[in-house]
Amino acid sequence: MKDAIFSLNGKETVYQPGQTVLEAARAAGVNIPTLCYLKDTTPTGACRICLVEIAGARTLMAACSTPVAAGMEVFTETDRVHNARRLNVELLLSSGRHDCMICERNGDCRLQDLAYYYGIKEMRFPQDQDFYPTEEENPFIVRDFTRCIRCGRCIQACNELVVNRAISYGYRGKDSKVVTGGDGPYLGSECVFCGQCVEVCPVGALTEKKARGKARAWETQKIRTTCPYCGVGCQQWLHVKDGRITKVTAVEDGEPNMGRLCVKGRFGYDFIYSEDRLKTPLIRENGSFREASWDEALDLVAGKFKEIIAKEGPDAIAGVSCARSINEDSYQMQKLFRAVIGTNNIDHCART
Amino acid sequence: MTNSFRDFAKAKMILVIGSNMTEAHPVAASLLKMAVIGGAEMIVVDPRRTPLVDLANLHVQIKVGSDVAFLNGVMHVLIAEDIYDKKYVESCTVGFEELKQKVLEYTPERAAAISGVDADTIRTVARRLAANRPAMLMYTLGITEHTCGVDNVMSCANLQMLLGNVGFECGGVNPLRGQNNVQGACDMGALPNVFPGYQRVDNPQAREKFAAAWKVERLPEKPGLMIPQMIDGLLDGKVKAFYVFGENLANTEPDIRHVERCLGAAEFLVCQDIFPTETTRFAHVVLPAAAWSENDGTFTSSERRVNRVRTASAPPGEAKPNWWIFKEIARRMGHVWESDSARELWDNEISQLAPSLAGIKYFRLEGNGLQWPAPSLEHEGTPYLHKDGCFTCGLGVLKAIDWRPPAETPDEEYPLVLSTGRRLYHYHTRTQTGRSEGLNVLLGEETADISETDADRYGIADGETIAVRSRRGRVAVKARVTPQVPPGMVWMAFHFREGCANWLTNPVYDPITLTAEYKACAVAVEKIA
Repeated sequence: MKDAIFSLNGKETVYQPGQTVLEAARAAGVNIPTLCYLKDTTPTGACRICLVEIAGARTLMAACSTPVAAGMEVFTETDRVHNARRLNVELLLSSGRHDCMICERNGDCRLQDLAYYYGIKEMRFPQDQDFYPTEEENPFIVRDFTRCIRCGRCIQACNELVVNRAISYGYRGKDSKVVTGGDGPYLGSECVFCGQCVEVCPVGALTEKKARGKARAWETQKIRTTCPYCGVGCQQWLHVKDGRITKVTAVEDGEPNMGRLCVKGRFGYDFIYSEDRLKTPLIRENGSFREASWDEALDLVAGKFKEIIAKEGPDAIAGVSCARSINEDSYQMQKLFRAVIGTNNIDHCART
Repeated sequence: MTNSFRDFAKAKMILVIGSNMTEAHPVAASLLKMAVIGGAEMIVVDPRRTPLVDLANLHVQIKVGSDVAFLNGVMHVLIAEDIYDKKYVESCTVGFEELKQKVLEYTPERAAAISGVDADTIRTVARRLAANRPAMLMYTLGITEHTCGVDNVMSCANLQMLLGNVGFECGGVNPLRGQNNVQGACDMGALPNVFPGYQRVDNPQAREKFAAAWKVERLPEKPGLMIPQMIDGLLDGKVKAFYVFGENLANTEPDIRHVERCLGAAEFLVCQDIFPTETTRFAHVVLPAAAWSENDGTFTSSERRVNRVRTASAPPGEAKPNWWIFKEIARRMGHVWESDSARELWDNEISQLAPSLAGIKYFRLEGNGLQWPAPSLEHEGTPYLHKDGCFTCGLGVLKAIDWRPPAETPDEEYPLVLSTGRRLYHYHTRTQTGRSEGLNVLLGEETADISETDADRYGIADGETIAVRSRRGRVAVKARVTPQVPPGMVWMAFHFREGCANWLTNPVYDPITLTAEYKACAVAVEKIA
């Protein structure tokens, strides 16, 4: 079959039928800036940042939602394109309170990046002043409507990536707002606090409450790991500052979750810092625990095991390993039981 | 799982049985829901109207513990209407004649009488499954936590083999694992009958191999005790010392009063954990361990994917990595072990000893990990098992299975069925989620979920504190009146010590796996005056 060809910035370019201009351009190594575009969801064409010029088209077209056709001539870097994108960024900047210095997302904001990229020097348009109040009545997510650019990524993520279907657009025109059913707060709505909306928000409209004030984006190191809860094995980024996790996000292209997390995976990380943590070996004495050194505690365990083996045989000792801990720990425990103690009395909660 | 999570999003036909995935495995459920909004057909078999039902084409609301009868009924229709995959059955399986004789006893009408699902629905399920292949079957603990858990699992496998659905992308039999590394703990041989890589302890060659690797003269050949036997052994004196690593048995095992009596009888109880728990109260020695983000290592997920775990911060105080603790005990018992990090343990021991993991080394795990079996360094891993119906152990075994009721069924004194499970906002006994800021706000206490019918019958209002009683115990807990639960059922979780379902659950077990029947026991509910 003959390859499907279109013209991209004057160059013959192969595309797969069904691809959008954005997908075909990215596949060909041509970058088109986007804001509302969210991979694996239906394009909405809401933000008009990915505008491109198409020969014969009356207006500029959104690359994210325009399918490529054979012979189409697309231009991504003309003055007309740049002026339109710049204007759209300026309008977005005027639509909300984008005072970056005091924003949680400073340094990790798509709108900030675009304003910088398009060389915007001043706020040309009067800034909107009339906003819905910020919502914080839940433990995890801050909804700051003064910073919302109504790109709809949160809605796409909620409905198409995690399919929790808790939010949609409400109202019309300048009153439009991302709403839960009945426009109540997240708490008490269909929302299950997976935080996917926060994950995809390109600006500071949706942020993690627990991360607030903990670290600037450029101060953290991202460490990839695996979620400690259920058996799906979601891939996480731990955002770490000074040896402390400040927040958790999903690895966008990580199998199997491909950018998704649930409420426990995203927000259930700080148990490790609990004051309740066991910090020293404990030995029971006269009915209560006293602190002990590792040497004392381990000698006691080894000594008692040896004593029981001598008296009752190795099968009088039994052990349960941990299905939460790493493979290497379970391996080591069964080795201790089989090779050292001499019993197969080793199990874990495999069946529950 | 025979298959991979990526198949969830691509499946065309989905059969979910005994899995409240949206709460217990939310991200897996999201992938599944994506498939459904993309046009896949989904059948949900569950006594409760779980959240997944909202998206299902068909909700088959079977009675608790009737899975085998229902599945036999479906297979009856497949065979009676001659719509099973004959070619697959002939070339890939054995045991068809015995299975046929058995399931032919389960007419849709008989299966309907046992399962409470009408006969036409059973026929519809069979016909839809036959018409739309492969179907991907997922199950969770609704299948396994029964005295007939093994029978339930085998019935799922029977169905999928009869349909010719095992060995293909978006097919297979897929148990979702409840814990991050329960797959890995099995793979590592933390089981009484197998060494790492499922090599049997009663196999002399395997023992010889491991004895040589571990530099010991001999290894024990008799399979060991399983958890319930260990716990009972404390009371009857067979088990003198009990080493509990990262488990809160005093809350998770059925019949808490009995479990605590046993733990209290231990001559020597060692607990190794990250927090004090209800179980550590009984310990003679408590060893403080490093937690999830405090050590390097690997977890193996439900899809057999070995994933890296990395260190973000140091453990608090004197807490130590678990592997180090075991190594130190071994040294004090006269065994000096070489490996001195999780990486050395994996690369130099585990992957050398378990053939299915031989190709998995830490340097290959930087990105998306690898799915075992990966027998060589060139092997890319295995997204689905039994490719094209070629079973790893020869032919797939179809097994004739009879339905058996749960060990305890409702009667006059205890007229309701208690079924238990997990809720979205907490995890197990809340040792972790209860200490993660915010989750207690979203779910602060246990409830007994009951139907509107039963609420009316007993004069119970939503939110009212009631008593739930079984032959094992009694708890006071708030009632949650919900359309999720069918009449005749009480549903509870085990996240909160107060109102924990395990004060009530029945310590009876599947005879092979010794999995407890958490999903069915008889209870009564009462108003508290």
